[in-house]
Amino acid sequence: MLVAKPGLDGHDRGAKVIASAFRDAGFEVIYTGLHQTPEMIVSAAVQEDVDVVAMSVLSGAHMTLFPRVRELLEEAGAEDVLLTGGGIIPEEDVLALEQQGVGRLFGPGTPTTAAVRYIRDWFAAKERA
Amino acid sequence: MVAVDPTSPFSGGALLGDRIRMSDLATDPGIFIRSMASRGSMGGLATTTKEVLDVMDRFGFEHVLVETVGVGQTELEITSAADTVIVVLVPESGDAIQAMKAGLMEIADVFVVNKADRPGASRLAQDIRQALHLRAGAALRDVPAHHGVDLAGVARAARGRADGKAGPEGAESATPGAGAGWEIPVLTTNALTNEGVTELLGAIDAHRVWLEASGALRTRRRERAGGRVRDVVDRELRHAAWSSTATASRLDAGLDEIEAGTATPYSLAREILAALLR
Amino acid sequence: MSTIEREVLSRSELDALVREREEELAELRALLRAWQEADAATPKRDALFTTVSGRDVKPLYTQLDRADGSDAEALGVPGFYPFTRGPYATMYRTRLWTKRQFAGFASAAETNARYKYLLEHGQTGLSVAFDFPTLMGYDSDHPRSLGEVGVCGVAISSLADMETLFDGIPLDGVSVSMTINGPAIILFCFYVAAAERQGVTPEALRGTVQNDILKEYQAQHAWVFPPEPALRCIVDMFDWCSVHAPKYNPISISGYHIREAGATAAQELAFTLRNGFEYVERAMARGLEVDAFAPRLSFFFDVHNDFFEEIAKLRAARRIWARGMRERYGAKDPDSWRLRTHAQTAGVSLTAQQAENNIVRVAYQAMAAVLGGTQSLHTNSMDETLALPTEKSVRIALRTQQILAFESGVTNTIDPLAGSYFVESLTDELERDALELFEEIDRVGGVVPGIEQGWFQQQIAASAMRQQREIEAGERVVVGVNHYTEGSEAIEIDTLKIDPSVERRQVARMAQVRAARDEDAVARALAALTETCRSDANVVPRILECARAYCTLYEIRHAMERVFGAYKEPVFF
Repeated sequence: MLVAKPGLDGHDRGAKVIASAFRDAGFEVIYTGLHQTPEMIVSAAVQEDVDVVAMSVLSGAHMTLFPRVRELLEEAGAEDVLLTGGGIIPEEDVLALEQQGVGRLFGPGTPTTAAVRYIRDWFAAKERA
Repeated sequence: MVAVDPTSPFSGGALLGDRIRMSDLATDPGIFIRSMASRGSMGGLATTTKEVLDVMDRFGFEHVLVETVGVGQTELEITSAADTVIVVLVPESGDAIQAMKAGLMEIADVFVVNKADRPGASRLAQDIRQALHLRAGAALRDVPAHHGVDLAGVARAARGRADGKAGPEGAESATPGAGAGWEIPVLTTNALTNEGVTELLGAIDAHRVWLEASGALRTRRRERAGGRVRDVVDRELRHAAWSSTATASRLDAGLDEIEAGTATPYSLAREILAALLR
Repeated sequence: MSTIEREVLSRSELDALVREREEELAELRALLRAWQEADAATPKRDALFTTVSGRDVKPLYTQLDRADGSDAEALGVPGFYPFTRGPYATMYRTRLWTKRQFAGFASAAETNARYKYLLEHGQTGLSVAFDFPTLMGYDSDHPRSLGEVGVCGVAISSLADMETLFDGIPLDGVSVSMTINGPAIILFCFYVAAAERQGVTPEALRGTVQNDILKEYQAQHAWVFPPEPALRCIVDMFDWCSVHAPKYNPISISGYHIREAGATAAQELAFTLRNGFEYVERAMARGLEVDAFAPRLSFFFDVHNDFFEEIAKLRAARRIWARGMRERYGAKDPDSWRLRTHAQTAGVSLTAQQAENNIVRVAYQAMAAVLGGTQSLHTNSMDETLALPTEKSVRIALRTQQILAFESGVTNTIDPLAGSYFVESLTDELERDALELFEEIDRVGGVVPGIEQGWFQQQIAASAMRQQREIEAGERVVVGVNHYTEGSEAIEIDTLKIDPSVERRQVARMAQVRAARDEDAVARALAALTETCRSDANVVPRILECARAYCTLYEIRHAMERVFGAYKEPVFF
């Protein structure tokens, strides 16, 4: 799993908590650090051959960042990579992004166990298919 | 680049954080960075790192760098994977010399003390040089001779001359073609300011030149190839031995005998081996 | 101790007093024993009796918890050293705290309208929230700014935008706080130049610029330059302001962001004050007289959920600062010892589930800030876990402060909780914890070495993980999130939408500004600035020239970066 902080926002408490929680749940997690562009994120995702890209966006720029990363993943032939994440994202935007091929997004107050379960379930379903 | 980080023994997961330090290289099309978790392998590399290096090599990358999990007495597997081994220490390593017991001193082709601006950096470099001289002074045939070597000069000379003979670069220059040893350079760098990095590259290049000219490259690669074959055979033998249900049940039954005192682990092992080799 | 009214007591009178006192204490101890028996015999609720920071809280505090002897000195009176009870003698009896709601979004024109709305509704000071590109020193038309212009704050890329931001708002009549750090010195110069355009001289300016770079490296990560050049710029500002803008606070030494990143109350307290002392040392090393700049150092703390811990934290902060400034740095002016602070209710405590509950959280936190003696307060809006606040929710947040100020009665007397066994014990405990953390910071070599080694970052991350585990294990209740979740379904609240055309308009605006300016003047000003960065001279006058020539934010930052370099983040978990 790649945990990424796109854009200029530097608040990474959530990203780090998620990365640690997934590591504790047995995942191999690559954390990109701050100030990533969509190009940097996709380049890393492809080189690391990850199954999941999780982005933390608290700055309000999610309607630009998520679609752009989805687009670049498709272009790179990584359309089967799950794009998920969390942050400050109003419900209607979550739904709009789902229409564009983004997975579930997790807002404030989500227990890390819910996020872990979501990804495990997604992976199991993918394996069966 | 391959960067290896440790797998958590508790969860089996890993936080691979080496990539972060190289984020400004992320979109350079000539650079490919892959992180690997050690997944229980104890030598400093992941179990399949060597295979990944094979792939990168065959793919045509001119330089392949491996960053191991750490630097300690047991993480020495890098020697069976790399042509040039660079050991990087920092002044805060504290008892660095203590830590540098047989293992590290043996495997390094280049020593680097990073964070050159910190107190203790040049002292540490000096200590390492002393330790290297001491080692060299012992009557060991494989120890590289210690002459002053002008690294850049060696590289220049060897590149400039197809016949591999070195020119008169100074009173005590090593002559690669003559089978002389490699003097292990001890460099100081400051990664934040790039100070010393050009010299480090020079040392790596020089080592490469020496490897080729002295025949050591071929020797090392043959040894490594031999090692890998042995590893695979060992692995397969182990697998073959223990995947046999007959063997497994003989062992099981044998444990009762050992408990009862009618057999020892050695007698049981001999029996199992005899059956396998028949 | 009962008040001794006569100056001279006879020996027998003294003996009588001592006996009386001993009898009182004996009585108290007996009462306490009886209570302890009753306590031991009574079953307890299954709950964590710790503060949000993980501090154990005893069930009962009594007179016996108060340290002997140091009471009068450590507690003092408000307005006098060590200021435990308040920085000013008369506090809210003279002047209420400033209601300063942080605001900013989209373009300067739209934010200007929001400021006018807030001032009409009773806000008494302005607080500017910038968008991420501005916070990181990028112009609205820089490629890195794509998708982020005006989204979580106002976009300010040049003096022209700053002029629009304050159009019709006289800068000699209202105090303005600007929340910016990495490129703070540049935005400050835009502000000074905008005031000039209004005919207002720097001497008349009142306000604050956050400009606290140390906590950026530790917690918020909105940096531009590496630590040493950044600290140089900060001292340049202290110097320039002490001469030209004596009513202006050139720094707001902040704990808020450290707390929000996961720190405990003690860590917030210690790291903030230690950062503050670091700035003092840097300025003194430059040769500045401590009393020339220290009176204008201001602070900014979080107010989190634990009511009493937050009150104690603010009281402890004042005492620690005063003692440090007087005893260690030899400041003579009481204004140098006096810690003044802004406070903001904890963003991190707000929930997206049942968002209306946040109104209640904010109310309790605001009361703690006031009982702790804050000079200025921002109350969060209930919908801020979803988006930037709407006018309606911002109004409720403002009303929260007004009800507190005028209806609750807590402002009638100063530091009403003084003498409370619990609050005084907590204050002492927090002070002790902070002093221990100071020692740990010394052991790692100081603030900048601590930052380089990731010490602060690791401390904060560890506290963040602990809190997360407590919540996920259900040990710490978060109403609506891990308990009392009925009603947590779809949130029916209107949220603020940023018009995506803001970016387009801002880019167009920038093209206009560039077209209208004198490019030679721009080039000259930037070159002079780069030269000054190389030297020891104060950079503020050069940046002011750049501002007046309508150099853009990024152009100015770039001219400085050519000498200072950019900061590369070492990451620590």
